[in-house]
Amino acid sequence: MPTMTYAEALCQSLLDTCEAEPNLIFIPAAFGGLSPHAKSFAPFYARFRDRIYPAPISEIALCGIGVGAAIAGLRPVIDVLSASFLYQGIAQVVNEAANVHYMTDGKTRCPVIFHAMQGVLPGEAAQHNRCLSAELWNSPGLEIVLPASPEDAAGLWKTAVASPNPTVFMDHQLLMGMTAEVPAHVEPIPFGQARVVRSGRDVTVVATLAVVERAVRAAEQVEASDSISVEVIDPRTLVPFDEETIVQSVRKTGRLVVADETIRSCGVAAEVVARVQERCWGDLKGPIQRVTLPDVPIPFSRPQEAVVAVTPEKIAQAVRLVARYQ
Amino acid sequence: MSALREVLRRMLFMRRFEEAVIALFERGDFEGHYHVYIGQEATALGALDAIPPTDYMYTTHRNHGHLLARGADPTGLMAEILGKVGGLVGGRGGSYHAAWPEGLVPVTSALVAGNIPQAAGTALAIKRKGTDQLVVCWFGDGAVEEGAFYETMNLSAMWKLPVLYLCENNSVPAPYRAMGQYPSSTHAARSLTDVVAPFGIPGHVVDGTDYEAVRQLVTELAARCRQGDGPQFVEARTSRWPGSYGLWPAQTGGPFDVRWVWEPAGAPEEVREWTASSDPIVLLGQRLAAAGQLDPEGLSQLDQEVKGEVATVVEEALAQEDAPAAQTLAHVFADR
Repeated sequence: MPTMTYAEALCQSLLDTCEAEPNLIFIPAAFGGLSPHAKSFAPFYARFRDRIYPAPISEIALCGIGVGAAIAGLRPVIDVLSASFLYQGIAQVVNEAANVHYMTDGKTRCPVIFHAMQGVLPGEAAQHNRCLSAELWNSPGLEIVLPASPEDAAGLWKTAVASPNPTVFMDHQLLMGMTAEVPAHVEPIPFGQARVVRSGRDVTVVATLAVVERAVRAAEQVEASDSISVEVIDPRTLVPFDEETIVQSVRKTGRLVVADETIRSCGVAAEVVARVQERCWGDLKGPIQRVTLPDVPIPFSRPQEAVVAVTPEKIAQAVRLVARYQ
Repeated sequence: MSALREVLRRMLFMRRFEEAVIALFERGDFEGHYHVYIGQEATALGALDAIPPTDYMYTTHRNHGHLLARGADPTGLMAEILGKVGGLVGGRGGSYHAAWPEGLVPVTSALVAGNIPQAAGTALAIKRKGTDQLVVCWFGDGAVEEGAFYETMNLSAMWKLPVLYLCENNSVPAPYRAMGQYPSSTHAARSLTDVVAPFGIPGHVVDGTDYEAVRQLVTELAARCRQGDGPQFVEARTSRWPGSYGLWPAQTGGPFDVRWVWEPAGAPEEVREWTASSDPIVLLGQRLAAAGQLDPEGLSQLDQEVKGEVATVVEEALAQEDAPAAQTLAHVFADR
């Protein structure tokens, strides 16, 4: 199998899906953002220039144009660049796109894709670092996709393009350079199927997007230092959500840590904890721990940023804490 | 003129339909905020008679008149307003979100300016597919206060999208309907058509109580739109029906009486001035009467027919089951 970066795998998937789906268009397209790996998308820009609409900075109109274009048969991708910018267009995402199929009693479909990069980046401070997974999960009608590996980026993208529903596809700028072996032809990865990234016996860690790789590093640390065996699970899509794989893992380990870059209160981790305790009360050996952003805006200063960051060390610490319960 | 007599009959049907809606609400047959189109009937009919059913349409929270003029089944619309299983969208939407997907009214956003970028997006799809369709996008003067309006005007002008933006300004005093600048208390522009000028979008003012004027203008603009000239903006001016002054529609002055066509002074004081100067049914009726096409007896008969049709619509809609609780969780997502 060839080794590819996340950006290269996603680019290959863009090429494949544009080839297969003539109605796939992009308004605008800025994959990879400010990452040095943004240049990996050059083949896509060169080959499918006619599918890309350069656009003004008008998120509310662009998100709404995506809704109307999808209703009329196109497969529009509205690229808002950073998830933070999705707030500028959020009404058309959560209160229009998400409601179309339901409000029409299933008569009208709205297969628009909203693409954004999500996740905390160094030095980006309070307004460009927002993680919206939880807000979006609070709006029924949206599929939410968070690919954490090169193959997942490629395979989940194919499923997003084929979806009949509004889909928010959020990758992460820091993942663009991640390398892994990727099959020469990536198959579509069904939504709602978690990936067991690493098997283990003692503690389950559920993590999303860039935090998945940090959870794996934490697992390696605690295995070496404390002989704790950690299972890491990436749900890959929040909607639909693969509760079953996580429940099975917690029934085996009896211990759970949830690590994610949304804000602590009403965040993604809070929802995962609620679902697991509903089904695994008798299996849990102790309280579930969350590793999240605290309830504070993201600061610019380096020492302050370190306080809020979701790191392998903080995940390892939480794993050690839950491992003490017998 | 006989064609105009049919227009009058359709306007009367819309009026009696919405009077029935008000009565149903007041006796508790449905809940929730709703909006009526009384006084604007000529605008919807004039515009949509100029547009074939193959064009898309996006409407608003004030959609009853647009849907009826478009040709949606009145019983389906009434059932929708009542939350019944046979409603146009299964009783899911109510008055706010009444839509007619089968008639290319794909979905109804009830948020001010929510539909404007959606109409532009559908126009983008049309342009990309190369068909000669266009999109009619209705909204009120309030939508011109929203940011989404300006972003969409810019984009649709840049991309020369085939959209007819039909802005219904329903708060214009009678003397200003046909011409001139009319300032709004909630907008700094001297005239709403001034607002689109910097984008290079042609803006047109029309008296929204004048069926023929609206139809003629929209016919001409639709042709330009189909030629690829890009979007057009119309401000259709009507005067607010006194029953729509309050937060909730009210049957101010009682139901419309067809005798007011000949004797507007006979209307109750609350609606007298509006009836004489601004009611599109009275204005058209007077024209037909002056041309010898309508007499009191004929109109009274027409009205009895229309009332009978509306009574049947109400009866059939009320007889339906409510949209069932068992379906509550259906259609959050479309099946793959």
